[in-house]
Amino acid sequence: MDTDWEQVRSDFPVLQQVVNEESLVYLDNAATSQKPMTVLQSINQFYLHDNANVHRGIHTLAQRATEQYEAVRDQVRQFINATTANEIIFTKGTTDSLNLVASTYGQFIQAGDEIILTIMEHHSNLIAWQQLALQKHATLKYINLTKEQDLDLKDAAQKITDKTKIVAIAHASNVLGVVNPIKTITKLAHQHGAVVVCDGAQAVAHLPVDVQDLDVDFYAFSGHKMLAPTGIGVLYGKQALLKKMPPYQYGGEMISVVNQYDSTWAELPYKFEAGTPNIAGVIGLGKAIDYLNHIEMTNIWRHEQELVQYIFPKLLADPTLTIYGPPSVTKHTGVIAFNLHSLHPHDVATALDQDGVAVRAGHHCAQPLMNALDLKATVRMSLSFYNNWADLDNFLAALKDTKEFFNHELI
Amino acid sequence: MSLSKLNNLYREVILDHANHPHHKGELVTATNQITLNNPTCGDVINLTMELNNHRIQAIKFTGDGCTISQASASMMADVVTGKTMAEALVMAKTFSDMVMGKKHDPVDLKVLKDAAILASVVSFPARIKCATLAWWALQRALLDEQDTRED
Repeated sequence: MDTDWEQVRSDFPVLQQVVNEESLVYLDNAATSQKPMTVLQSINQFYLHDNANVHRGIHTLAQRATEQYEAVRDQVRQFINATTANEIIFTKGTTDSLNLVASTYGQFIQAGDEIILTIMEHHSNLIAWQQLALQKHATLKYINLTKEQDLDLKDAAQKITDKTKIVAIAHASNVLGVVNPIKTITKLAHQHGAVVVCDGAQAVAHLPVDVQDLDVDFYAFSGHKMLAPTGIGVLYGKQALLKKMPPYQYGGEMISVVNQYDSTWAELPYKFEAGTPNIAGVIGLGKAIDYLNHIEMTNIWRHEQELVQYIFPKLLADPTLTIYGPPSVTKHTGVIAFNLHSLHPHDVATALDQDGVAVRAGHHCAQPLMNALDLKATVRMSLSFYNNWADLDNFLAALKDTKEFFNHELI
Repeated sequence: MSLSKLNNLYREVILDHANHPHHKGELVTATNQITLNNPTCGDVINLTMELNNHRIQAIKFTGDGCTISQASASMMADVVTGKTMAEALVMAKTFSDMVMGKKHDPVDLKVLKDAAILASVVSFPARIKCATLAWWALQRALLDEQDTRED
């Protein structure tokens, strides 16, 4: 498919602005993506014309809202190739999805069981398991990195044992820029009777995801990193597992019959959707999926890889930079973490911002990874398909400005 | 492109303090100690102080941080040495008000000496926490001390 990428870029109004007297160069996509006009309009449209609560009313607006809401559930199913729409649960985001699994499936964990994480996990796929392990007296183990800073599969094979009940792993790292070999991990975990919980936050907007092909048991992601609004996310779970799990929260919508002293629960997926959901968020998510499908995920992956192939070798060749993650362009997503000299990442980010370049600086909610790499923090640039070559050149120019400023002033 | 506005933040005196911080280290004679994190970036400051008769006899800091946080800690240690706890608490409040763009008494500002130069951080709102970390640590340590004395 021949995509007009400049046309695509013009669909994102927020990108057409000046920041600190420079054109905005938005390279903080791993934190959150920008939203295309169609997504923004769909939210407006919903509140202007169709606003009603879902699954409750008999009236026309309630019917319209419910139909739109449920249509998106099926869109999500198709987008990640789940077997049935019952396997798609709407949540607040990745963190909420992962907490849901930890607090419900987590009830099956017993003392002495093992929970396996990787050292590159984001806090959202780490703390919930850490706390579960503490409560249940389970053993928490981390799969380490290779020298090249990608996942050590030999270590994985040693850490995952017959005692392992849960393996929680990011599909793509928010720091190292690697895509983890999820299929290899699920195969290994399933051989030992463990389930795999996959954090897809950094993957869904960048590469095609097929949960059946990956054979993951749970897959969590956020709308806001894939062009949809904040406050909406998804948990995919295999139906057989979701059926045997207890509810996450109690309230309206998730019940079958409520008596004074006991209650029964609704069928899937409603058992896990207590209270009025983020209806406008779901509708925005639907439009975001439409948008991504229109460009096609394979095409998005290919285009982002072209951008990476342009910028990554340049950064790697720069002796003043330290790049984290594998030093191989074919192993990198559009997430590139680095440090400049001995400058603190906050100083670098402030300087880049003065040139209109938005990057993240800090520990990226991955403190155990920072400790493993013997780091406090890094700068991180992260791409999306709507970034263009000019963004990358402006980023390089801003980096040069930053070096000159601090060389002159500081070093 | 130009980074000229950065000169307002990274003033020479700030860079001097960051590159050659005063009072860096750990005080062997410390009576009080506190470690504070900036959870947004993982920066840590460890303050050790010798309090004698309500007065800060000596103060030192260790920790990793950006130019602004290191310079701020160095300048703070300079200006609070020899002050009473009450005076230092007023200074911490003045500094905090200053960098957040709140009103403060010009007389109080004078007491901050070098540290007052960080007023420029007000136009870099993302960096306010970097500037205040050391002062918050000081404030917390002094308030903890007051609580213990009242108990």
